[in-house]
Amino acid sequence: MFPTPTITHWLTLSALLFSIGLYGIFTRRNAVGVLLSIEMTLNSAILNILIFNRFVASDDVDGQVLVLFIVAAAAAEAVVALAIFVSFYRHRHTLDVTQANHICDQGNSAS
Amino acid sequence: MSWLSLLILIPFATALAVVATPDSKWYVRRWVALFGTGVVLALSLVMSVSYMQAVLQRGGDASMLTISQMEFEQSVPWFKSMGIEYHVGVDGIAMAMIVLTAIIIFTGVLASWEVKERSREFYAFLLVLVTGVFGVFISVDLFLFFLFYEVAVLPMYLLIGVWGTGRKEYSAMKLTLMLMVGSALVLVGMLALYHAAGSQTFDLNKLAMVDYSRDLQQWVFPCVFVGFGVLGALFPFHTWSPDGHASAPTAVSMLHAGVLMKLGGYGVLRVAVYLMPEGAKQWALFFLVLTTINIVYGAYAAIRQTDLKYFTAYSSVSHCGFVLFGLCSLNLMGFKGAVIQMFSHGIMTGLFFGLIGMVYGRSKTRDLTKMGGLSKRIPWLATSFYIAGLASLGLPGLSGFVAESTVFLGGFFGNPWVDSTTMRICTLLATSSIVVTAVYVLRGLSRVFQGPMTKSEFSQMQDATIPEKLCTGILVATLAVVGMYPPVLIDLIEHAIVPIANRF
Amino acid sequence: MTGFLFENAWMIPALPLISILLIGLFATGSNARFAGIIGSVAIGTAFLLTCGLGLAYLSSAEAGASAVTWSIEWLRYQDHLVVSLGTLIDPISLLLLFVVTSVSLLVHVYSIGYMAGDEGYSRYFVFLSLFTFSMLGLVLAPNLLQMYVFWELVGVSSFLLIGFYYTLPEAIAASKKAFIVTRFADLFFLAGILVLGFFVHQWIVDAEWGGVTAAAVQSASAVQALDFATINSEPVLAHLKDQPGVLGLDLLTVAMLLVFIGAAGKSAMFPLHVWLPDAMAGPTPVSALIHAATMVVAGVYLVARLFPGFAASGDALDVVAAVGCITCLFSALIACTQTDIKRVLAFSTLSQIGYMMLALGVASAEHPAGLGAAMFHLFTHAFFKALLFLGAGSVIHAVHSNDVAEMGGLRKKMPLTHATFLIATIAIAGVPPLAGFFSKDEILGAALDGEHHLIFGVGLFVAALTAFYMFRVYILTFLGGHKSDGAAKAHESPPIMTIPLVVLGVMSVCGGWIAVSQFVLPGVELHAHLLVMGLSVAAAVVGIGSAFWLYGGQANRAQTMAESMGGIYRLVQNKFYIDEVYLFVTKMIFRFIAAPAAWFDRHVVDAVMNLSATVVRWVGARLNVLQTGQVQTYGIWMINGTILVLLFLWLVQR
Repeated sequence: MFPTPTITHWLTLSALLFSIGLYGIFTRRNAVGVLLSIEMTLNSAILNILIFNRFVASDDVDGQVLVLFIVAAAAAEAVVALAIFVSFYRHRHTLDVTQANHICDQGNSAS
Repeated sequence: MSWLSLLILIPFATALAVVATPDSKWYVRRWVALFGTGVVLALSLVMSVSYMQAVLQRGGDASMLTISQMEFEQSVPWFKSMGIEYHVGVDGIAMAMIVLTAIIIFTGVLASWEVKERSREFYAFLLVLVTGVFGVFISVDLFLFFLFYEVAVLPMYLLIGVWGTGRKEYSAMKLTLMLMVGSALVLVGMLALYHAAGSQTFDLNKLAMVDYSRDLQQWVFPCVFVGFGVLGALFPFHTWSPDGHASAPTAVSMLHAGVLMKLGGYGVLRVAVYLMPEGAKQWALFFLVLTTINIVYGAYAAIRQTDLKYFTAYSSVSHCGFVLFGLCSLNLMGFKGAVIQMFSHGIMTGLFFGLIGMVYGRSKTRDLTKMGGLSKRIPWLATSFYIAGLASLGLPGLSGFVAESTVFLGGFFGNPWVDSTTMRICTLLATSSIVVTAVYVLRGLSRVFQGPMTKSEFSQMQDATIPEKLCTGILVATLAVVGMYPPVLIDLIEHAIVPIANRF
Repeated sequence: MTGFLFENAWMIPALPLISILLIGLFATGSNARFAGIIGSVAIGTAFLLTCGLGLAYLSSAEAGASAVTWSIEWLRYQDHLVVSLGTLIDPISLLLLFVVTSVSLLVHVYSIGYMAGDEGYSRYFVFLSLFTFSMLGLVLAPNLLQMYVFWELVGVSSFLLIGFYYTLPEAIAASKKAFIVTRFADLFFLAGILVLGFFVHQWIVDAEWGGVTAAAVQSASAVQALDFATINSEPVLAHLKDQPGVLGLDLLTVAMLLVFIGAAGKSAMFPLHVWLPDAMAGPTPVSALIHAATMVVAGVYLVARLFPGFAASGDALDVVAAVGCITCLFSALIACTQTDIKRVLAFSTLSQIGYMMLALGVASAEHPAGLGAAMFHLFTHAFFKALLFLGAGSVIHAVHSNDVAEMGGLRKKMPLTHATFLIATIAIAGVPPLAGFFSKDEILGAALDGEHHLIFGVGLFVAALTAFYMFRVYILTFLGGHKSDGAAKAHESPPIMTIPLVVLGVMSVCGGWIAVSQFVLPGVELHAHLLVMGLSVAAAVVGIGSAFWLYGGQANRAQTMAESMGGIYRLVQNKFYIDEVYLFVTKMIFRFIAAPAAWFDRHVVDAVMNLSATVVRWVGARLNVLQTGQVQTYGIWMINGTILVLLFLWLVQR
C-alpha cells in the first residue's frame, strides 16, 4: 500500500527529528526536557548514519558499528547529565535551566 | 650544556629555593636571593671575559661580516615540525646586557633588603622576572626570544599590583596592557617574517640571511619597532612608564627601568633593524622625528615634576629616547651609542630608583617641594644621588657622556637614506636636551639635598646602611669605570655591532 | 731626564687626582685637618714637575715646538675618529700649566688658613683638587674632545665649589646658574665639535679615497679628526672654508663661531656673563683660583688653541674682537658702580678677559702679535687678579662683610694685606714697571698695528676705567676711617694666608718682565710703541687721579656725581638689567614649554591611551549583554550563525 521509502523520505524523517530536538533544546525550561531533546537530536544523527550506511555503502557494517559506539556514549552522557541534574536540584530546588547561570557575571546576568 | 643555560637556570633555581624557605625565617630569603644573584653576577663577569678571549681567538677579518657571530652556542631541537629550537648564544651586545642585568638584580636584592611583607613571593617573582630577561638576551631563536620576553613582562603586573604604592592597580594594569599591545605587534611581525622565510626556522641568523621583499619590510618594520618601542618608552607610547615606575617598589623600578626598558631597544636592534634593513631605511626619518620628540619632550616634562619618581621616570623617557635615536641613525656610531646608552642608562636609572627608595624610606615623602637640606644627614646617599644626576646630564667621566656623545656623532654623521639637513637638525635638537637635563637635575637635587632643612624630623635621619652602601657603591663604581675607561665596554660590544652596521 | 718628564707629563694632572683619593680615603672625620696638607703637597709636586718640564722644554726643544708626548686610546667612535687622552706640550700649554699649578698651589696653601675650622674642610679640598685635576687635563688636551671632557669637569667642579655653602639659598642659586649658563654655551661647543668632527672626518676619508694620503697632516694611519693638529692644518682649514655653511657663512666660520660661543660661556663674555658675578657666593679662594685666574680664561685658551681656524675664517675673529670689546667696556662700567668688593673684582675679571679676547680678535695669521699679547695678559692677570681676590678674602675674613661701605681704614690694621693689595691694584691699573702695564701695552700696540683704531680707543678708555674702579675699591677699603665695627676690630690674617699674598705680590711686580710673547710666538718681532706707552700711562694716571678726586677727599663728590647722572647710573648699577632679561626668558620657557609639555603628557597623550582603554571597556560592557549565562541563548546564536554562514556559502556557490 505504501511505496517503499526512498533515501529522501528517510532523510526527511531524520531532519524532522533533528529540528524537533533543536526546538526542544532552545525552548524547554526543564532540564530533563532539554536532555530529552538533546537525545532526540543525537538520535537523528544516528539515524542519518544508518541511512547512509544502508543506501550508500550497504556492504559495509562500519556505520552500524559507529552507531553502537554512539549509543553507548549517549548512555554515559545521559548518566552524567542526570547526575548533574540531581545535584543541581539539591542545591537550587528547581530544574529550571535559566537559573543555571551562576558562573556568569552576577552584575550583568540577564536572569 | 652551554654555560648560557646556567644564566636562566640559576635565577630560576634561586626562585624555587626562595619558595622553599620556611615561613618564620624571612631573613633567610634575602640571603638566598643575594647568593643566587651573586653567583649570576660572577658568572656573567667571567663569561664576558671569556667572550672577549673567544673573539680574539676567532681572529680573522670581522670587518666585512653581515651576520652576527655568536659564542657559547647551544642548539637543541624543540618543536621540530615548526623549526623551533632551544638555540642560545651571545654576542657582545647581549653580553653587555647580561652583565647589566646581573648587576641590577644583585643591587636590586640589596636595595630590597628590608622587604618583609610576603617576601617569599616578592623574591620569587623578582627572580622569575630576571630569568625571563636573561632568557631574552641569550636567545638566538626568535620563538624562544618571544617566550622569554613574555616571561619577563608578566611578573611585573603582580610585583607592582601587590607590592606597589599609590594607584598601584591602575598602574599595573596600564603597564601590562600597553606592553601586551606591544607584544602583539611584535608577534605579528615575527610570524610574518617566519612565514616569509618559508616557515622553516625561527633562528635569528638564518632569518637574517633571507631577503625579505620591500613591501613586507615596509609594514613589518614599523610593527616590530613600535611593538618593542612601547617597552622602550617610544613617544607617544611611553605613558605607562611614569605611572608604572611611580607605583612600583624600589627593586622593581630598578629592574624595570634598568633592564626591562632595555629589552625594547635590544629588540628593535636585534629584530627590527638587524632583520629588516630595507624597512629601517624607509622608516628611519619617521622614527627619528618621533625619538627626537621623545628626548626633548621627556626632558621638558621632567622639569615640571614634583614627585621624585615621576621626575626620574620622565628623565628615563628622555634617555631611552637616545637609545632609539641612535638606532635610527643607521650607522656604526649610532648603534654603538645606542648600546652604550642602554648599558649606561640601565646602571644610572637603577641607581636613581634605588636611591629614591632609600630616601623615601627615610623621609616618608617623595615630594620634592617638601624636602630640603637632606645632605647634611645623609651625605652618602646625597653624594650618590649627585653622581647619578651628573651621569644623567652627561658629565664626562661618567658613562652617560660616552653614550650620548656617540649617539650625537652617529646622528650628525647620518646615513644616505635620510636627508642630512633634517638629520642634523634632529641631532642638534636632541643635543639641546643636555641643557634641559642639567636644569631639571640640578633643580631637583638642590631642592632635596641643599638649602636649609625643611622638617625637624629630617634631623633624625640615618645615613646609608651597609647593604645600601654596597648597592649604591657598585652602581656608582660601574658608572665611573665605564665613564673613565670606555674601552671596557666598547671593546666588548664593537665586534657585535660591526655586522649589523655592515648590513646598511 | 727630559724625555722622562715629557713622557710622564700625565703625572701633573694625575697628582691632584691621587690627592682626591687620599683625602677621600684618609682625611675624613677626625683626620680632616690633613686634607689641606695632602692637597697642597700633591699640587706642589705638580708645580715642581711643571717647572721641570718647562726647563726641559726650554733647554731641549726648539722654540715653539709642539708635540703630543703621551697618549692612550680612550673613546673609539670609528676610524679616524678615535679620541685619545694625551698630553700636548707646546708653549701655550706650558704657560697655562705654570699659571694653573702655581696659582692653585698658592690657593691651596691660603685655603688651609682661610677654611680652617669649616665643617666641610676635607670636602673643600676634594673639590679643589678635582678642579685642579680637570683644569690641568684641559690645558694638556691634544684634541677637541678631551678639551670638552675636561671643560665639563671644570664646570662641574666650579658648580660644586660655588655651591660649597650648600645651606645658603643664594649659593645654591648661583651654582645652578653658573652651571646651566655655561652648559648652555657648551651645547654650542658640542655642536661645533659635531660639525668639525663630521667635516674633518669626511675630508680625511675623501683624501684616502682620492689616493691622496692624509700625510699632509700627520702620518697617515694616526690622523684623527678631532686632533688640534688635524683641525689646524692648512688643507683642512681650506677644505672647511670652501664648504657652504648656513646663513651664508662658510662652514669654517660656522664651526668656529659655535666653538666660540662655548668659549664665551666659560669665559663669561657678554651676554653669557651673568653667572660670574653671582659665582662670588663661593668661598673667596675659589673665586681667586677658578673665577679669576684659571677656569674663566679657558675660553681664551680655547680660542688660542684654534687660532689658525679663527684666523683662516676672518669673520669669526672679528666676532671675537667685537665680543671682547663690548665685554671689556661694559663690565668696566658696571665695576665702577658696585659696592660688593668681590663683585667689583668679578666685573673687573670680566673686563680683563674681554681684553684678552679683544687681543685675540685683533691678531691675524700675518700679524699674530695679538695672540702673544693675549697670552701675556692671561699670564700677568692670573697673578694680580688672584692676589686681589686673596687680598679681598683676607679682608672679608677680618671684617666679615663683603661691602666696601663697611670697610675703610684697614691700611694700618692689615699692613701686609694692604701692601700686596696695593701692588696688585697698581699692576692692574697698568702703571709701569708692574706686570699689568707690559701686557696691556702689548695688547694696545697689537690693536694699533692691526689698524683697529676703534678697538684701540675702547681699550685705552677701559684702561682708564680699570685704574679708576680699582683705586676706588682700594680707597674705600683701606684708606679713610672705619665705617663699621667689623672694620674697627679687624686684624691681620695668619701667615699661612699672607705668605701666598706676598708670593703673588712678587709675581705681580715681576711677571711683566718675562718675555711671554716671545716664548709663545718665537720669531715674531714686537716693536715698542712709545706713543702707546705714553697714552696708556696717561690713561692710568687719569683713572687713578679721578678716583682720588672722587673718593679720596672728604667731600661727597662721588655721591653728588652719581645723583647727577640719575637713570644712567642706576642702569649701570643694576648691570643693565641683563639678569632680569634672562630671568624673564627662563620663566617664559618654564611657563610656555615645560609646563605645557607636562600638561600635554598627562592630559593629551596619556588621555588618548586611557581613552582607548575606556573605549574597549565601554564596548565590552555593551557586548556583555550577550553574555547571559543561558546556554540556550548561546545555542540560538550558534544556530543562527550557522544558518547565516550556510546561506552565504550557498549564495556564493551559486
